[in-house]
Amino acid sequence: MADTATKSISIPDNASFISDFPILKREVNGHKLVYLDNAASAQKPKKVIQAIEDYYFNEHSNVHRGIHYLSQLATDRYEAARERMRKFINAESTKEIIFTKGCTDGINLVAAAFAKAHLNKGDEIVITEMEHHSNIVPWQMACADKGAKLVVARVDDRGMIDMADLKSKLSDRTKLVSVVHISNALGTINPVKEIVAEAKKFNAYTLIDGAQAAPHGGIDVQDIGCDFYVFSGHKMYGPTGSGILYGKESVLEDMPPYQGGGEMIKTVTFEKTTYNELPFKYEAGTPNMAAAIGLAAAADFMDDFGIDKIAEIENKLLAYATERLSQIEGLRIIGTADSKTSVLSFVVDGTHPSDIGSIIDKLGIAVRTGHHCTQPLMDKYGLPGTCRASFAAYNTLEEVDLLTNGVKRAVKMLR
Amino acid sequence: MAESIQEREQEIIEEFEFFPEWMEKYEHLIELGKSLPLIDEQYKTEDNLIKGCQSRVWLHADREDDSIKYSADSDAIITKGIIALMIRVLNDQKPDDIINADLDFINKIGLKEHLSPTRSNGLVSMVKQMKFYALAHQAKQ
Repeated sequence: MADTATKSISIPDNASFISDFPILKREVNGHKLVYLDNAASAQKPKKVIQAIEDYYFNEHSNVHRGIHYLSQLATDRYEAARERMRKFINAESTKEIIFTKGCTDGINLVAAAFAKAHLNKGDEIVITEMEHHSNIVPWQMACADKGAKLVVARVDDRGMIDMADLKSKLSDRTKLVSVVHISNALGTINPVKEIVAEAKKFNAYTLIDGAQAAPHGGIDVQDIGCDFYVFSGHKMYGPTGSGILYGKESVLEDMPPYQGGGEMIKTVTFEKTTYNELPFKYEAGTPNMAAAIGLAAAADFMDDFGIDKIAEIENKLLAYATERLSQIEGLRIIGTADSKTSVLSFVVDGTHPSDIGSIIDKLGIAVRTGHHCTQPLMDKYGLPGTCRASFAAYNTLEEVDLLTNGVKRAVKMLR
Repeated sequence: MAESIQEREQEIIEEFEFFPEWMEKYEHLIELGKSLPLIDEQYKTEDNLIKGCQSRVWLHADREDDSIKYSADSDAIITKGIIALMIRVLNDQKPDDIINADLDFINKIGLKEHLSPTRSNGLVSMVKQMKFYALAHQAKQ
């Protein structure tokens, strides 16, 4: 290596963690893969892949309806996964755990059902400037439908929510506040507990978009006090097409169903249908059992290694990467909040993020470039997008060195 | 008589044979990108902007007798290098030939991934737009 830093930092031993991920051994463009696109989707450990395989090899049948052995077995496994995910976010009851396709699916479910039940003309929904498109567009659609207004709270230059501005935008008209727990573009950890408490002063409902928080674990929905919490499985080492919508039981009871079909009904006649109880009321059709079981395996996997150890590794990787990349002349880190997860967004003067991304891809390094589905935030900062390196606990300090050298090389070519 | 589209494509393919390594290839593209005459500022408008998820491209076309002259720009330099190649191939060509060009040379010089419809860097839309201008020009003739 042309340029190796004397490391000012060391991380806990993660060799066993790394060896759990088969894909990390592969090569890309003649180099060993350096996967730093974890905020987009994390790779899958053997435990998750095997749980899915076992399910299809030995346990699959349709759930909640069979009299036969396999149907009961699949139901038991599926419901055990629900209990596992209840525990993962410390919800009070499994009635509050709805399996979804992912975070976007969860927000759309809430936006549709909540709007039907509670949203009226002149009402307001408050979001922030740092929301992902999936926490903007469903609310725009609901507002357009109901004649309600979308109100946007400011984010400051370092990428933190301007709490004074947010508070000033809450009023008796506020029906719901929907905020991202951790920003996918900046890594900012938002003070969601405080935001929920502020919203409650106006009896507003609250939704927290936990897509980027789930991979780090330690979520406690009762402590946060939110009405809804949504996240995807695939960012927390689980399968794609898996996700959780948490909703307070009383709040979910007060909303109508989202989709109609099998599973979600109690009785059906052509005149009238009565709906099933929670959580089944919101799970129309045969669910994705394999994904739910894989997701529960991912939660086990994270706990087996240790949430604290995962956090320590990620935080140290972020600190080291911040230190190393900051040494590159003209490199500017976008998102310098006090409290951050392992997301490092940056731009380099005189270069375009997509050029840097294309060049380091040739070195086997995977980062995300572009607007990260947060166009309003990029527009606010006057950026065409950023390069984003996002670290998981299977990354290493050596990979941070490879990233740094790769970016240096790209910048040299581009300037 | 200008060289045909195919002749120009062949020229570029031969030119890129000098750069077997990806790095040399990219360096060459970056040089080409830097040498691309900038689009006249007056044409760098919202109307001429092709938005991609990764980078932005501006494209303008002027009609000259029976052929078309393109000028373009991008905020990303590698994208701009590929645009330079496209313009080299398609400029001053007859609308009919532009519409029917398969532009397979991008594939042959090993830059296929940049023209993938899923890459969303504006290039695919740019090629469509170039052909669209040719079609519009042909209709007017």
